[in-house]
Amino acid sequence: MAELTCRYSSVQTMGTLDGPGVRFILFLQGCPLHCGYCHNPETRAFDGGKTATVTEIMAMVSRCRGYFGKKGGITVSGGEPLMQAKFITELFKECKKAGIHTCIDTSGCILNEDIDEMLDYTDLCLLDIKMTNDKDYKEYIGCDMSAPLKFLERTFQKNISVWLRQVIVKGVNDSEENVKLFNDIAEKYDNVTYTELLPFRKLCESKYEEMNIPFPFGKFPETDKAVIGKLTAFLTKTNK
Amino acid sequence: MGILSERFKEYWEGFKEGSWQDGIDTRDFIIKNFTPYYGDSSFLCGPTERTKALNEKLNALFKEEREKGGVLDINTEVVSSLCNYPAAYLDKENELIVGYQTDKPLCRGVNPFGGIRMARSACEAYGYKLSEKVEEHFEYRTTHNDGVFRVYTDEMKLARHVGIITGLPDAYGRGRIIGDYRRVALYGVDYLIEQKTLDKKKIGEDVMDVETIRLSEELFQQISFLKKMKEMAMMYGYDISLPARDTREAIQWTYFAYLASIKEQNGAAMSLGRVSTFFDIYVCRDMERGTITEEQAQELIDDFVMKLRSARHLRTPEYNELFGGDPMWITESVGGITKDNIPLVTKGSYRMLNTLYNLGSSPEPNLTILWSERLPEPFKKFCAQISIDTDSIQYENDDLMRMEYGDDYAIACCVSAMKVGKQMQFFGARFNLPKLLLLAINGGYDNVSGMKLGPQMEVMQDEYLDFYKVKERLNVYRSWLCKLYVNTMNVIHYMHDKYAYEKTQMALHDTEVDRMMAFGIAGLSVMADSLSAIKYAKVKPVRDENGYIVDFDTEGDFPKFGNDDNRVDKIAQNIIQKVSAELKLNPTYRGARHTLSALTITSNVVYGKKTGSTPDGRKKGEPFAPGANPMHNRETNGAVASLNSVAKLQYDYCRDGISNTFSIIPDALGRDGEDRAENLVAILDGYFSNYAHHLNVNVLNKEKLMEAYENPEAYPNLTIRVSGYAVNFHKLSKEQQREVISRTFHSSI
Repeated sequence: MAELTCRYSSVQTMGTLDGPGVRFILFLQGCPLHCGYCHNPETRAFDGGKTATVTEIMAMVSRCRGYFGKKGGITVSGGEPLMQAKFITELFKECKKAGIHTCIDTSGCILNEDIDEMLDYTDLCLLDIKMTNDKDYKEYIGCDMSAPLKFLERTFQKNISVWLRQVIVKGVNDSEENVKLFNDIAEKYDNVTYTELLPFRKLCESKYEEMNIPFPFGKFPETDKAVIGKLTAFLTKTNK
Repeated sequence: MGILSERFKEYWEGFKEGSWQDGIDTRDFIIKNFTPYYGDSSFLCGPTERTKALNEKLNALFKEEREKGGVLDINTEVVSSLCNYPAAYLDKENELIVGYQTDKPLCRGVNPFGGIRMARSACEAYGYKLSEKVEEHFEYRTTHNDGVFRVYTDEMKLARHVGIITGLPDAYGRGRIIGDYRRVALYGVDYLIEQKTLDKKKIGEDVMDVETIRLSEELFQQISFLKKMKEMAMMYGYDISLPARDTREAIQWTYFAYLASIKEQNGAAMSLGRVSTFFDIYVCRDMERGTITEEQAQELIDDFVMKLRSARHLRTPEYNELFGGDPMWITESVGGITKDNIPLVTKGSYRMLNTLYNLGSSPEPNLTILWSERLPEPFKKFCAQISIDTDSIQYENDDLMRMEYGDDYAIACCVSAMKVGKQMQFFGARFNLPKLLLLAINGGYDNVSGMKLGPQMEVMQDEYLDFYKVKERLNVYRSWLCKLYVNTMNVIHYMHDKYAYEKTQMALHDTEVDRMMAFGIAGLSVMADSLSAIKYAKVKPVRDENGYIVDFDTEGDFPKFGNDDNRVDKIAQNIIQKVSAELKLNPTYRGARHTLSALTITSNVVYGKKTGSTPDGRKKGEPFAPGANPMHNRETNGAVASLNSVAKLQYDYCRDGISNTFSIIPDALGRDGEDRAENLVAILDGYFSNYAHHLNVNVLNKEKLMEAYENPEAYPNLTIRVSGYAVNFHKLSKEQQREVISRTFHSSI
């Protein structure tokens, strides 16, 4: 049988913001959602990107391994990694053999048997709870809010550590009330070990221009770091 | 008990015995007596009121110097030497460690032994005139520069003129020699004089030939300058003929030895060595005796470092182009481990680094961490935090260098390792690799100056450059250039020894010294990417009306150095191997061992200026990347891939160092302070475990530099690592500043 391949957009050999420590980040290609603030619009199309086998990705990971320190490892981001769960399962099996910490960075928008199996080899999920009500989910994201909650429930059943994250956009979800709802979700699950709020930023604007497509959240201002600081005060799980 | 330990009993009391008591052996003294420290930085003390007040005075002088265009004052009447100026103070009552280079703090002395023209034009550049007296004196004296130009061949002059070999120390002091300044503290000057006198006597008992007669005369000079060193110290009221009795004396004696050296020599890099752990031995003894507190120990180090920060040499504007930012390279090597794997980290290592907090960030002294996997974790983290907070320190791989240089080596200048007091080097700047490539394909025609040099042959005629033909051409021209380069260096160092010998520093070396001749290359990544373009893309030469190749149309993509891609990284490795091997075919002056560095200081800007367009897409006149750095913004796979490419360059072929300057924005290093320091430690561990040699670390945003470029007065103390050393950003030329801003700043987005 031919080795499984993934479709990926790029790699970042030194990621420090998506999971603990210094990490190799694999950005997979293809995402079913259309988040208004998506900062990787080039990774959305399912037919773009490059292909690589597990062996090829592992070769790249092994070149970075020395830099992982005690906490680092691999993070598979996207795009939406859940769409290529079979590949990730094989990749993570290899990582586990090599003693490398595994992590996915996901919207949690779907759940199926392949994903179930993948989670068995996943040490940590970075789960974006993008909004806290179904209306906003439908309007800005493109799925039901029940989807990520179902995903979260499954990680709870499997006892996989989760970091919950949310991007804060002024005028959309920067209210105290919203952040409290977000925190309630985190509180409900013991396997959520850490929560963080991220500022909405527009560094990706040039990508939209290059691709000649509109940036749906271009109309919103960037979120101040001070606002994030203020809202973070409502979170209860802020120590990694 | 030996004779010496009896003689110095009261000075050495409390120290553990060892072979250091039978003859000069500073290393043995350290190994037997140091106290490794595994804890964190919480024991450190901040600056005392006295320190703060003195530092304020010093900062006011720095400000005045800045406002005067970079030079506070020049003493044009007196030639710099050990005893030519009266004692000078910043604040006599409050200084714990004393001694200035000239009669006033920050006032620069003239040192025409390298070349009178340089001294004259340096004075003129700042609106001064060299005195008649000095001019007259040097009318009847041969300088190093005079000597070199008496012997230089036409070809050497031409190679220098077109800039294929540049920055040569033929008109300024070669530097890069580290005296074992600690010897003065440990043994006192009298004992050193006695030993040198014995060595000199021995020479006379054997055959006297060119080598030994020269050595004998050198020893005469060494002894005479050791005597002057004593005299100089006496001017400050100290008798350094005997060993130091306590911490303050140990620091003061060591500083006098260093001060004597910088009064005598204006070498490009006047490095300090490895003193922090040595000093700590005295601190520990005094603490045991109850005669010093932690606060007092820190105060002494702070004071010592203030003196180092005040060291100055007078340079010309041309010199500043090569070595921007008015550096002295007072490199102090901190950390490392012993041959038995015990960290040489002491509280003294912490105290030295703590000066960056107590006195504010600063490019000098050039604090260099000798990084080993086995350094204590808290120390690693402390260093990382200092990088994040100050951008003032650099890292070099102790696990790599210890194999070659043992556990008492230090870094001269940026990246040149040498055993302290046992090895020295003949510094040789560097040659321009991309220019060599252009010269080769043009058959010995330099397309910038329009001059012909090297073997003359036909311009390459191919419509598209053929990789293998280019390689063949390169073999011919490399071989020609390496021979010329070695010969040129031989001339320079023969004359430097003859007319500007470093007697003070060499007096603090073993008489039988091991010599290295340090060659260098510039433009490594431009060369590697150019050859990669020729191999993997289609490179079509563009010719001028005479048929000479002046530009290139490069069609298609090609692998670029800095992406952990073996296709091009192997080309870069190969370049170094070939140059190293070729240099070694040519014999050196005094049998020095050939070494090589990939280091540019700030000369990557002026080298680029002198070099035509290259096949990698770099346009005529544009700067090269510094040192062994990948070309700016060609790294597309992130920072680790970039580091991995540089780590592949083999230290075995590049024993004089492989410099890599790494800039990362704070946000890309992690979300908060704690994460950032931990992540930086992981990155350093990863990089060095791949056998990489050197890393300058800057953690800052490009925007900050752009602001400082526009409003320099708002950022007087902004320090940044550039290429094996750090500078005050405002001291770089605007051109150098632009180049620094154009470099890759690793981000994670």
